[in-house]
Amino acid sequence: MKQNTDNNNEKFTGAEIFVKCLEAEGIELVFGYPGGAVLHIYDELHKQNEVSHILVRHEQGAVHAAEGFAKSSDKPGVVLVTSGPGATNSITGIADAYMDSVPIVIFTGQVRTALIGNDAFQEVDTVGITRPCVKHNFMITDVKDMASTIKKAFYVATTGRPGPVVVDIPKDITEDKCEFNYPDSVEMRSYNPIIEISDDSIKQATEKILSCDKPVIYAGGGVINSNASEELTKFAKYLNFPVTNTLMGLGCFPGDDPQFIQMLGMHGSYEANMAMHDCDLLIAVGARFDDRITGRLDKFSPNATVIHIDVDPSSISKNIKAHIPIHGDVKAAVNKLSEEIISKNLKPKNIDRWWGQINEWRKKDSFKYNQDSDIIKPQFVVDSLYKVTKGDAFITSDVGQHQMWAAQLYKFNKPKRWINSGGLGTMGFGLPSAMGTQFANTDSLVCCITGEASIQMCIQELSTCLQYGLPIKIINLNNRYMGMVRQWQEFFYEKRYAMSYMDALPDFVKLAESFGHVGIKVEKSSDVESALEDAINMKNRLVFLDFITDQNENVFPMIATGAAHNKMILS
Amino acid sequence: MRHIISVLLENESGALSRVAGLFSARSFNIESLSVAPSEDLTASRMTIVTSGNDAVIEQIVKQLDKLVDVIEVSEITSSDHIEREIVFVKIKDSDTENENLKSLKTNEFLKIHKAENGHAIIECVDSPENVNEFINTVKDIAIKIIRSGAVGIGS
Repeated sequence: MKQNTDNNNEKFTGAEIFVKCLEAEGIELVFGYPGGAVLHIYDELHKQNEVSHILVRHEQGAVHAAEGFAKSSDKPGVVLVTSGPGATNSITGIADAYMDSVPIVIFTGQVRTALIGNDAFQEVDTVGITRPCVKHNFMITDVKDMASTIKKAFYVATTGRPGPVVVDIPKDITEDKCEFNYPDSVEMRSYNPIIEISDDSIKQATEKILSCDKPVIYAGGGVINSNASEELTKFAKYLNFPVTNTLMGLGCFPGDDPQFIQMLGMHGSYEANMAMHDCDLLIAVGARFDDRITGRLDKFSPNATVIHIDVDPSSISKNIKAHIPIHGDVKAAVNKLSEEIISKNLKPKNIDRWWGQINEWRKKDSFKYNQDSDIIKPQFVVDSLYKVTKGDAFITSDVGQHQMWAAQLYKFNKPKRWINSGGLGTMGFGLPSAMGTQFANTDSLVCCITGEASIQMCIQELSTCLQYGLPIKIINLNNRYMGMVRQWQEFFYEKRYAMSYMDALPDFVKLAESFGHVGIKVEKSSDVESALEDAINMKNRLVFLDFITDQNENVFPMIATGAAHNKMILS
Repeated sequence: MRHIISVLLENESGALSRVAGLFSARSFNIESLSVAPSEDLTASRMTIVTSGNDAVIEQIVKQLDKLVDVIEVSEITSSDHIEREIVFVKIKDSDTENENLKSLKTNEFLKIHKAENGHAIIECVDSPENVNEFINTVKDIAIKIIRSGAVGIGS
């Protein structure tokens, strides 16, 4: 590890070094919550102006905010919490970031090294508890390791397949003193994220791409993480291949492009799932074939040759055997394929017949709904939001039916505009991640599409929003049910709605007002657009729009767990 | 199918639990695991005996390689290699004249140690097949069996 030796032997406390490291790393924002084990650090943060600290109301909110910040920008998110409950409250967020490959660094306080293992007050084995849900974690046991460990933490979190890294810091380490040298670079013999892409695999893939009859490009969150949207779009446009996106990939290819066949998977479009089933060449780009995508594995794309591009080799051939694995960074791999094909002006076969078939499937219009009365259809709210915002807002969401409708109907034309919890499916993600998104994009419109169940899981963050003047628009699709749970109970449990009814809901208008925000209740479909416009026009206020929606609406299409792609329930 | 996976990993605190945790979290089998310092004092060598079909073994190797502390992973059973295991078997001293043992006594890999309280300890260092055979032979007279798990090296 190279060190910047430009120093004058002055000694600093661990807490001072901590803040200097964040500065050196270019970190401007930290989301956190103070407590005993991190008080030295908070004292140092208080003394300076380079690094701002955002006080959340619950540590889970801090991590989701950091995720929203990272997902909607090119910078890592940073979290600072105390030991014990501070660390355990952050676990859900850390697991969420792990599942969705979000580059964040979480600093957790720890009891003094002499007390570790003694069941001290607010002690928990943070390194042990977080181990299965982090990309890596560290405990600093000597102040001399503070700077190099922090450098490594950011390096590991942001390179390769990104992910959360936890750094556990005992309190005495923040008092101890040493010189400060922030390393310029990191070398770790056990971790090398730079991957040489095999020419052989590129050659094999090129041959298949130029000779296939029924191709599909299946693009996921890896395209966004690799900043490869532009390259992928150019590549797909040149080939005139249909493109489908995973939930995490939305926005990596323009949502209103005619080549876009919509999202695939459990609630994906008819055309996307049928194309996946019938294709003869499947080009998976930065996607991991999770069970919500594949459905029944042995019936998945039965006739396809699979090309799989991924930076994480363990994602390749984990669920679906890749015939042509391309291990490497998505951007580099797509560039290599483009050099082989576009630069040499090679043309794929004519696939007009395949497009004819896809356009037939498209006629099913599988995301359609009927807004035919005063009762507000939840899909209509998303559609109206798309219309009113001209598709240009940052949209965060919680988890459930509203999330699927947002994914289906808001057409994302740019990457990093759609911020949601895909892998872990964390209710409570929407509001705090909207805060992080707003901090990363201060002048942009940020909307949180949520439901009355999800929003209550991190509702306390409304207080954070007031403190920092975050003008988020909360779109609450209030159907008085945990909608997705109710939908499964309707389909698979003979309508026994066990515990999915949201009885005793708060008055969300008064609730928003009590937090110092604007609350608007909308009950008629004819009022939806104007309410959205009014809310967006209140540029400096958080507006909580409580849309009272149809209770019986379900998300279609739907592939039941364990069913094949061509066995969709359409309505 | 049985496989031996050899892992070189940073000698950091918690490195062992990262590997052990990975196996339990992903429901991989683990038959035996041994860990000790390597030729490099800052790294440990771990030998894991596991079983699974080719796809499972491929995943195990990839997942191990993904751990940030892991420097090198190799599956050694698919090519030429040597493997050994050590086993101690405590028996009654009087059983050292057991018929089954007599036939083994000429085995150069076998030693018999005197122990306290009228016991004897047989030490056997051999290939896993021979160790298994040895254990089968002595299982009826064994009071305690302690196995090290296999270690191996590609040749």
